[in-house]
Amino acid sequence: MTNEIEIPELGALGLFRYSWRQLTSMRTALILLLMLGVASIPGSLIPQRDQNPMKVTQYFTNSPGAARWMDRFSLFDVYGSPWFSAIYILLFISLIGCVLPRSIEHFHAARALPPVTPKNLQRMEFYDTWDSNGSELDRAHSWLKSSHFRILKTDNSISAEKGFTRETGNLFFHLSLILILVGVGFGSLFGMRGEAIVNVGERFINVPTTYDSLTFGKLFSEKDLPPFVITVDKFVAKYNPVTNMPEDYTLWVTEVEKPGAPAVKKIIKVNHPLTFGSTNVYLQANGYSPIVTVRDKVGNVALQGPIPFLPQDGNLRSIGAIKVPDTKPQIGFVASFLPTQARDALRGGISVFPEALDPKLLFSVWRGDLALDKGIPQSVYRIDTSKMERIGLHSLKPGETFSYDGGSITFEGIVPWVNLQVVRDPGKTYALLGGIVAILGLLASLFTRRRRIWIRINDEGRVEVAGLAKNAAPGLEEEIKKLVRLLNGEK
Amino acid sequence: MAVYTLSFFAHAYETAWAVRAPQSDEASSANLMTKTLDYTRTEKVARIATAMMILGFLLLFAGVIARGLSAHRVPWGNMYEFSITGALAFTGAYLGALRKYDLRWLGLLVSIAVLLTLGTAVAVLYRPSAPLVPALKSTWLVIHVSAAIISGGVFLLANVIAAAYLYLDSMESKGPRSAWAQRLPSLEVLDQLSYRLVAFVFPLWTFAVIAGAIWAESAWGRYWGWDPKETWAFITWVAYAAYLHARVTIGWRGRRAAWLCLFAGSTFLFNYIYVNIYGTGKHTYSGL
Repeated sequence: MTNEIEIPELGALGLFRYSWRQLTSMRTALILLLMLGVASIPGSLIPQRDQNPMKVTQYFTNSPGAARWMDRFSLFDVYGSPWFSAIYILLFISLIGCVLPRSIEHFHAARALPPVTPKNLQRMEFYDTWDSNGSELDRAHSWLKSSHFRILKTDNSISAEKGFTRETGNLFFHLSLILILVGVGFGSLFGMRGEAIVNVGERFINVPTTYDSLTFGKLFSEKDLPPFVITVDKFVAKYNPVTNMPEDYTLWVTEVEKPGAPAVKKIIKVNHPLTFGSTNVYLQANGYSPIVTVRDKVGNVALQGPIPFLPQDGNLRSIGAIKVPDTKPQIGFVASFLPTQARDALRGGISVFPEALDPKLLFSVWRGDLALDKGIPQSVYRIDTSKMERIGLHSLKPGETFSYDGGSITFEGIVPWVNLQVVRDPGKTYALLGGIVAILGLLASLFTRRRRIWIRINDEGRVEVAGLAKNAAPGLEEEIKKLVRLLNGEK
Repeated sequence: MAVYTLSFFAHAYETAWAVRAPQSDEASSANLMTKTLDYTRTEKVARIATAMMILGFLLLFAGVIARGLSAHRVPWGNMYEFSITGALAFTGAYLGALRKYDLRWLGLLVSIAVLLTLGTAVAVLYRPSAPLVPALKSTWLVIHVSAAIISGGVFLLANVIAAAYLYLDSMESKGPRSAWAQRLPSLEVLDQLSYRLVAFVFPLWTFAVIAGAIWAESAWGRYWGWDPKETWAFITWVAYAAYLHARVTIGWRGRRAAWLCLFAGSTFLFNYIYVNIYGTGKHTYSGL
């Protein structure tokens, strides 16, 4: 015998077990849950790259120092940041560690019979007793059975239990949250998202080079793009004549699902995307492409076709750049397009309605080096005029031509463009299923009560009835009164 | 045009009625304060107040319907319409809870809150009725927005009760309740009540968020994009989930639970007010 106090050796396994217990405890889960809520706040107040890349860039130009530091803490990509991921991964591990053992336990408990009637029923809630006439147990049994109680019957007593749906629903709710997370993860690994501007009359072929922007999930390869072809036939935008707000966008297309398949006419609207399996094609934005013809000084065509312009406001005043790289020296037009032109004393040329009722193309002509060969990606809507000189300023209506020193430009007309967004998300079905199960589970767990009822005829020939409600759920008193009335009433 | 003027008058009319409701309730509390304690008299006044409240509810309901008729769509397209419908849902939640519990002591607070909301709506947020932008033209508008507004109404009611709990709690810790507060239910009842309201409406809020996600999938090409409104809806969801866990599993009661409830409710209000006005996400449609 020694008086030494043995300090238990924790060891690697012990340490793991200790941290596992801590992590799966309810208190930790609750703290993680609240942390998740708090952690999502900054992302809604600080502009995020995913939603608003322009504002992020603005931040960097306005206060570069602060922005650099904020970027170091991923404050512009909060929802993909290491610390945000850490919180939700820990939360889900904690959730799994809590829910899985409980599910197994519940699975066994749900198949077991209710516990034997306790000795001292007087101590329970809603105790009632009266002289027996002998038939109470049988009648109680049939009543409990018709109310779907699970029943354990012995010679002189019945023990009944109901409300297992509560825990079942609770577990299903939490398991479905895991399913949602799996769906989200699956979608981001195997999904893709891309955008392309297509002029009305043109074709969109689903290969990577047709996209203006394209992002893949880590496990998605270019070969997985479904080989469809969409021809944009017609686009109609309706606007409210009073508020100028859009009322309806309709896009008529012809789709060919794969090479050799028949061409099918379809309509795409804002809430009705085109579907190819788990790939959807959305109508996301629209604008105008002025059709221009640029000629050199001899009269040869140097450039011809529709040029998409970028809308700047609700009335679709749009800016754009017409770049003519094949003339020597190169020619560029810094232009803006007004669908329904008007003049404003302060802002100059403006558009007063989004439909092309009185279109006008305003531009300045630049000559020199477009700087296209440097390998630096350029915006198609802007021109780097640092190595160019301005040689003219003019505006044109459809059909008109403007001649400048070295060539001419003709404004032939306009054609609308649409921005097609192609999204593949194979995980969304799981997420949706998870969402539905979550609600059903939640309803089951919040609106069922778990309770036990006991009936016994004791040695003195008296009936004893008592009950116990878990979580102090209300309503058991009424239920027992009803049972007592039933058993008592026919005496 | 005529219908829409009518709807405006309906609101004005409703406002006038609602003003009278708190007055009569005030009268009843005043009676208690002067310790005349003439219960039959206050009972009568309280009954009138409740009747006024129901009348106000019906008129506001008619007003919301008229707004919808004048715009030929469900009246949930801008913040003015959200506010009047929200006030309607809040009154509805109060009246609904009144059927089960004697909440008339809350009437004064409820009617002041409704009045302020309606006042702001009519004075600041008012916009002529107009058709919806294409993205909003969907059956999901009805489903998503109605679920969100009803949950909002009930959450706020639970919030008011939690606030009342905290106020009475601090009053009781200093000494006995003052005369007017004796008519209010015990702390335990308030605590239970706000919990029941939250537990009742939490699944509906979950549904509103999921319905929003389904709609976002068909309109914007993704079901979840951390848009500010989505983010705050998620924060509200997380906060109420934490509240329910804290109560059911850890057993929080009373002051701590009430504070958590208030926090969760304030995230909802923040979402409604701040994100609508200053937010830059996809939920902002011009003209509020």
